Amino acid sequence: MSTFDFEKPIAELEEQLEKAQQIAEKGKVDMSASIKELEDNILKTKKEVYKNLTGWQKVQISRHPDRPYTLDYIKGIFDDFVELHGDRNVKDDLAMVGGIGSIEGKTYFIVGQQKGRNTKQRQMRNFGMANPEGYRKALRLFKLAEKFNKPIVTFIDTPGASPGLEAEERGQGEAIARNLLEMSKLKVPVICFIIGEGASGGALGIGVGDRVYMLEYTWYSVISPESCSSILWRSWDYKEKAADALNLTADDMLKNGLVDGIVKEPLGGAHNNPEEIFANVKKEIKKATKELRTLEPHDLMMQRIDKFSNMGVFNEEATA
Amino acid sequence: MSWFKRVKEGISTSTKDKKVTPDGLWYKCGRCKKATLTSDHVANQYVCTHCNYHHKIGSREYFEILFDENSGKELYAHIVSGDPLEFTDTKPYTDRIVESQKKSGLEDAVRVAHGKINGLPLVVACMDFSFIGGSMGSVVGEKIGRAIDYGREHKIPVLVISKSGGARMMEAAFSLMQMAKTSAKIALLGEEGIPYISLMTDPTTGGVTASFAMLGDFNIAEPEALIGFAGPRVIKETIGKDLPKGFQSSEFLLEHGFLDFIVDRTELKTKLTTLIQLLTEKKARQKKEVEA
Ligand SMILES: [Zn+2]
Repeated sequence: MSTFDFEKPIAELEEQLEKAQQIAEKGKVDMSASIKELEDNILKTKKEVYKNLTGWQKVQISRHPDRPYTLDYIKGIFDDFVELHGDRNVKDDLAMVGGIGSIEGKTYFIVGQQKGRNTKQRQMRNFGMANPEGYRKALRLFKLAEKFNKPIVTFIDTPGASPGLEAEERGQGEAIARNLLEMSKLKVPVICFIIGEGASGGALGIGVGDRVYMLEYTWYSVISPESCSSILWRSWDYKEKAADALNLTADDMLKNGLVDGIVKEPLGGAHNNPEEIFANVKKEIKKATKELRTLEPHDLMMQRIDKFSNMGVFNEEATA
Repeated sequence: MSWFKRVKEGISTSTKDKKVTPDGLWYKCGRCKKATLTSDHVANQYVCTHCNYHHKIGSREYFEILFDENSGKELYAHIVSGDPLEFTDTKPYTDRIVESQKKSGLEDAVRVAHGKINGLPLVVACMDFSFIGGSMGSVVGEKIGRAIDYGREHKIPVLVISKSGGARMMEAAFSLMQMAKTSAKIALLGEEGIPYISLMTDPTTGGVTASFAMLGDFNIAEPEALIGFAGPRVIKETIGKDLPKGFQSSEFLLEHGFLDFIVDRTELKTKLTTLIQLLTEKKARQKKEVEA
C-alpha cells in the first residue's frame, strides 16, 4: 500500500508495531503492554492526521491506487449486476461502464467512469477519461432507466473527459452538453456519488442528480489543482495553493451548496475498509430513493432543475 | 441605444478601435494585411472585404448588426460578479473584475437584449471575449439562463452568441454548475417548443461548448471559428503531435455533423430572419424595408 508524506507518522508507528509483534512471536519477552500502547497510538495518530487534511492531501487520497473504483462499488452494493455495453453508434467506451442491478429486490440503472489498476488496465480504461461514445452510452442507459421507471445511480471518478482528436471529431462538447440537458429532465430519481476525482465537465456529464454526494476524501471542481496552478500561476508548483483556492473538498462543496451531502469514509480512506464504504453508500442510495420516490415525476424534474438553476453567486444592483 | 447606457464615460468598448491605423481612417486586416477604409470595414460588419476574415467583435457590434434601428433593449444589465470563494491567484479575483470592467466598459462577459430583427421578436444573449476571455462564471450562467427564461415567458425565439475561452476558474465549481444550469433552462425552453439558435463564433471552447453552445435546435457558426471542447494546446500535448490543418474549425465541425450551417456575418441577419420566419410562420418586414 502506497504511503503519502502526511501518512509517515502512521507508517513509522506501524513499523514499530511490526517489530514488537515479531519480538512477541519469538516468545521471550512479554510485549503485550507495548503492543497495546502502539496500537492505541496508531489509532490516535491516524485520527489526528485524517482530521486535519488539506485540500491537496484529500486530492491525493482521492487518487490512491488502491481506492475502490466504480465496478468495485457496483459489485459491493448491487445484486445480479448485468453489464450493458455500447452507445449503438460508434463503439463501447471502456472508460464509462454501466448496467442494471438491484438492491433488496429494487432495480437500478448504474453508470460510472472506470479507472484501471495496472498499466494495461489503465490504458484500456483510458485513465477513466471517457470519450463522446461513453457519454452517449451513459445517456442511452439513462433513457432506458426512464423508460422502465427505474432510479439511476452514477459513480463519478474521472480526471476529465478525454481530450483528443477522435473525441473532438465525435463531438465531446456536444455529448456532454446533451447529457446535461437530458439528465436535467429525467423523470426518475438520479443519485450521484463522487467516489474519487470529480474533474470538470467530464464529471458533470453524468452528475446532474437529484442528490449529489461526495465521499469524504474526494474532490470536485471545474479544473484539477495542477492545471489550475499551471494556468493561473503559470507554474506547476502551486497545486497546494490552487487546491485551497478552488474549494474543492467535500466540506467546501457542501458548505457552498453545490452538493447535497457527504458520505463518511473509513479511517484512512475508502481503501482501508471497502466493505464499510460500500455499506455507507448503499445506505444513502436506499434513503435517497425512498425520499425521491414520494415525488411526482414532474415535480422531481422541476426540483432538480431548480436546484441547479439556483447555483451561482452574483450581485444584482438596483436598477439605475 | 439603451445598451450604451452602462458604458462608462470616456471608455470605448468597441474592439474595432484597437486595430485602426493612427489616422483612424484605414483598417488593416489581421490576416491578409490589406487595408480597407474603416467606414467600409464597419459597413461590411467587420468582415475583411478582401479575404472575408471575420474580425472578432463584441456584443455591442452584434446588437447593432442584428436589431432593427433602436429596437434593442438591454436586459439584466445590473447583474455583476460576486466573489464566492474569495479567490486569489497572482491577484485577487475582485481586482481582476474591476480591471476588466474598466478596460472593456462591460459588467461581465455576456449581455442580453431583446428587440426585433426585421420586425420579428428575438432575445439575444451575446458573449464578450474582451471580458476575462469570455469566461463563464455565475453572472454569465445567470444572464444566459434569464435570457432563455425571457424567451420562454414571452414565447419568442432565443439566440445565444458564444465566444468564450471556457470556465471562469476563479469561481471554480460555481462556474462548472453554470453548465448544468444553462442546459436545464434550454430543456425547459424546448418543452415549450420555442426555437433556440446557437451561433458559435471564434473562439468557442470548454464549458461553453459542452453546454449551451452545442444545444441549439440550430447550431450555426461564423466561418473559420475555433470550436472545440478541449483547447488545441491541451490536445497537442496529449497526443504529442501537431494537429491537422483546420482541426476544430467551423468547417471541420460542419463536416463532422455538429453544425447546421456556416453563415457569413454579412448574411447573418437575413438568414436568421428566414429561419425564424419559417419556424414561427410570422411574416418579416418587406425586403425593401430591410435594406433601407
Ligand atoms: Zn483580410
